[in-house]
Amino acid sequence: MKKNWWKYLGVVILLYVHLGGLLLEAPRLNILNETVRALYFHVPMWFGMVLLYMVSVYYAVKFLRNPLSDADIKSVEYAHVGTAFGILGILTGMLWANYTWGSPWHGDPKQNGAAIALLVYLAYFVLRGSIENEEQKARLSAVYNIFAFAAMVPLIFIIPRLTDSMHPGNGGNPGFNAYDLDSRMRLIFYPAVIGWFLIGVWIVSLRVRYRLLQNRLIEN
Amino acid sequence: MILTLLKKEFTLELRKKSVIAGIGLYLFSLTFICYITFALRHNSINAATWSALFWLVILFSVVNSLAKSFIGEKKGLAIYYYQVASPQAIILSKIIYNTLLAIVLSLAGFILFSLLIGNPIQHASLFVSTLLLTSLGFSSSLSLISGIASKANNSNILMAVLSFPVLISILLMAIRITKNALDGIDLAASYDELLNLMAINCIATALAYLLFPYIWRS
Repeated sequence: MKKNWWKYLGVVILLYVHLGGLLLEAPRLNILNETVRALYFHVPMWFGMVLLYMVSVYYAVKFLRNPLSDADIKSVEYAHVGTAFGILGILTGMLWANYTWGSPWHGDPKQNGAAIALLVYLAYFVLRGSIENEEQKARLSAVYNIFAFAAMVPLIFIIPRLTDSMHPGNGGNPGFNAYDLDSRMRLIFYPAVIGWFLIGVWIVSLRVRYRLLQNRLIEN
Repeated sequence: MILTLLKKEFTLELRKKSVIAGIGLYLFSLTFICYITFALRHNSINAATWSALFWLVILFSVVNSLAKSFIGEKKGLAIYYYQVASPQAIILSKIIYNTLLAIVLSLAGFILFSLLIGNPIQHASLFVSTLLLTSLGFSSSLSLISGIASKANNSNILMAVLSFPVLISILLMAIRITKNALDGIDLAASYDELLNLMAINCIATALAYLLFPYIWRS
């Protein structure tokens, strides 16, 4: 119970986000109208993806410094769940774009960035699939994980800010504050980011436990 | 050590003339296919299409020719290098050699494009400096990825799959500068992009230098 407090916290926060996000007052904005509520579900996916990938890179570095098999499993599982978040983020974004921008795929720099981030990690899974030696697989994929993530950083954080984008926080704007994110929405948005991330970490921890048990079964 | 390794790369390359001829022919065929598919005898293409075609041709020929930097090498040779040289010296010599190769390839591509498809570039010095910078970025990324791919089973497909997402940011920057060079806009306008390209190159080279020892060990 004491160790699992963050799981309960994640569930409570998401309950609050779903109820509050769908029922509480949202600002009236042109074009966006009620779809602004998608912010609570679409943007946290993106944050979650980037955070989970970062943790994956952290474990990849940890694995290279000290080759424990645990760090490798964690790195892969964070990448797996990050990819799931990324796919959900793209799908929710396409749904939202369909109603506000007029079509699901707009070639917006951030959309392209997200698609490329997914490509990188899909390539990472392909790489893992094509090496048989377990130890070599772990090391090579950790190297690719770090290198590809670093190559992705300018793509996600720098280039969209240089180009015109229909996402807020681009074309010179620092980020969300310039957006019409008023205080009522912030009350739901920030908890939503934390809540979704906690759920992501929970899924990862379950998957890691499952993989470790599987490994133990194979060894015995 | 790096110099010795570089010298070895050059001697090996010059000894196998068929490889150089193959790369040259690959570049020529790609350019020629562009020429034929767009029926350029009767039509002409606009500047944006020119830049897209040019970068596609350069991307494919560079990926294919730099892929061999580790993939083609024999197993026993790697063990020999492992004993005589440090991994840092090996990756640096590969990066320098590959950069030179990429520069030659992109300049040759530029000349071929000028001959067959036309040369709409108005700010030539800016464009050539972009070619030099992208060559460094391509070669440091591709040297490391070739090292990774050489250890796996289906190296050639893996090389393409692993390298394209990594190269996209370099390519995007290059295309933005190319657009400025095509319009003949002053150098000051592309200052940001050039700086960005240099920063990406630094990151890629530094990471290749740091990470290569880990893949070399296996």
